[in-house]
Amino acid sequence: MSARGTSIMAADIDHRALAPSLPRRAADSVHRFFDGDVFYSFRNSPVAMISFAVTMVLLILAVFAPWIAPHNTDDVSTLNLMNARFPPYGFTDDFGTEGVAQFLLGTDDQGRDILSAIIFGLKVSLEVGFASVILAAVTGTFLGLVSGYAGGKLDSFIMRIADVQLTFPSILIALLIDGIAGGLMPRALHDEMKIYVLIIAIAASQWVNFARTVRGSTLVEKNKEYVQAAKVIGVHPALIMFRHVLPNVTGPVLVIGTLSLAIAVLTEATLSFLGVGLPVTRPSLGTLIRIGQQYIFSGEWWMTIFPSLALVILVLAVNLLGDWLRDALNPKLR
Amino acid sequence: MLAFIVQRLFQAIVVMFVVALISFTMFQFVGDPVNNMVGQEATTEQRDALRERLGLNDTIPVQFAHYVMNAVQGEFGLSYRMGKPVQELIAERMPATMELVAVSALMALLIGVPMGVYTGLHRNSWLSRGFLTISLVGISLPTFVIGILMILAFGVWLGWLPTFGRGGVVDLGVWKTSLMTAQGWSHIIMPATTLALFQLTLIMRLVRAEMLEVLRTDYIKFARARGLRDRAINYGHALKNTLVPVITIMGLQIGSLLAFSIITETVFAWPGMGLLFLQGIQFVDIPVMSSYLVLMALFFVIINLTVDLLYYAVDPRLRSEHVGAGH
Repeated sequence: MSARGTSIMAADIDHRALAPSLPRRAADSVHRFFDGDVFYSFRNSPVAMISFAVTMVLLILAVFAPWIAPHNTDDVSTLNLMNARFPPYGFTDDFGTEGVAQFLLGTDDQGRDILSAIIFGLKVSLEVGFASVILAAVTGTFLGLVSGYAGGKLDSFIMRIADVQLTFPSILIALLIDGIAGGLMPRALHDEMKIYVLIIAIAASQWVNFARTVRGSTLVEKNKEYVQAAKVIGVHPALIMFRHVLPNVTGPVLVIGTLSLAIAVLTEATLSFLGVGLPVTRPSLGTLIRIGQQYIFSGEWWMTIFPSLALVILVLAVNLLGDWLRDALNPKLR
Repeated sequence: MLAFIVQRLFQAIVVMFVVALISFTMFQFVGDPVNNMVGQEATTEQRDALRERLGLNDTIPVQFAHYVMNAVQGEFGLSYRMGKPVQELIAERMPATMELVAVSALMALLIGVPMGVYTGLHRNSWLSRGFLTISLVGISLPTFVIGILMILAFGVWLGWLPTFGRGGVVDLGVWKTSLMTAQGWSHIIMPATTLALFQLTLIMRLVRAEMLEVLRTDYIKFARARGLRDRAINYGHALKNTLVPVITIMGLQIGSLLAFSIITETVFAWPGMGLLFLQGIQFVDIPVMSSYLVLMALFFVIINLTVDLLYYAVDPRLRSEHVGAGH
């Protein structure tokens, strides 16, 4: 056998040629999705369909908030103190003030329309939620993949950190990161950077779930034939990890991502409620609940109850969707 | 088993070391302690003298050794905001948090276990379905929303229960308790329920799942075949075997009760450690933050260690493995 023959074995077979082209793969997967088990299970689960619909409605409300909301609550000049503390439409408060149709869910102490504040708050809550989940997913997947594929000391180091972190509740970790950041930054800068601090704090409290799951699947994938084959033809380990192993371990990431979104939104709301989250100038649902809480003793319940209700509906819908997705993607339950 | 204990002990020490390192780093890099302690008009000489007295001119490892020595003896320095030693502040606040956590843990156990047993035994009754539906709500409602709803319902609309503080406390020397008076109990009911609700639903679902699992096993079928009464089977055989995971989870959940007490204490203005920590964060009071962190880490490590050991004490199978190795 000539030297040329062996070199065909090692280098001339481009491993990329083995995979179908990207557009065809995309078309295939769309087709497979509508024919597949997941879509079938979706159409047969009323809970999944309702929670999906609710989540979509809330997402659309959040994305198009400036066009949908009756009032732009970010624009302070439109606020009128004469409009403050109106009860919801159809209700009368303790002082005999009747609600007006202009403010469907009433107004707060500044004259802000509660419905608009909720829609804008939803936007902020979801922004922080999505950003932190994406950050946690990327970091966690990367660390899990490297940890599982490399093994050895690096693996036990990363997993030891994950173990230790898991013994502490995530809210405590987020609070701590927030506190340290508060000390490191000057006050003026702090308010501006707050949203990023919050995103990092929540992501830092959530990466572990992604890392552990991805590591588990990587350990399984690593011993499969296609990885062995790629190793034999001399593909660089980094390329094997990210081009070949990664697409096969991302399935559960979607499920964890959905469930994490609910937790992230809840963590953000909790931090904002505790007064260490977003500043009042850009209120999220948690901030709205905190502001409204001061007024329940004077009977003005709507300022806190409606934002709470929005938060609960959002978290419940995303949670149920995540639960369904977990069952639908789990082959054992089919 | 000895190897297991030693390994766990070692892990606990490593965790405590890392936490101590983190809180020490907070002192080093977040703000200047001298600036935090002296007034505006202090001269450079005065500052240098204080710097020397506080040991800030020593090398970093020496300072860290000092920090650990002080922490072991319960000395965490002065609170920047209140000018009092942090250990005194924490000692003042600790009873409130401990009582709150203890009452909610007991509530979760004493209500959660019977509810779980009932729903496990009568899985199709309407009451079981009701419990399960309510538990779904308990899991999806955030702690602070539950607290606010309770204040609104029982405090504002019905006016039955007080909505903030601990009420009158009885001084028992080192421990100020609110559990000796009826007024104190009326204050603790709402915060404790708020804190307990999530754990309660968790325990109920866990006991139910375990009961369903155990009732399917062969030894329960044999017990029925032998003609034992239902009561003996359900409580003597089945329930006993469901309690192992419940103990583990409950132990671990005490940690999260401590963490979530921060939220409950904020809603009900309960004068505990969580409120102290939160104010510490808002005012960047590093000594308060770092000592709370060390204290929490200590609690968590002790709880985890105890749960691991309890596991061995409760489950005879794990013990018999150890005995079996001796043969």
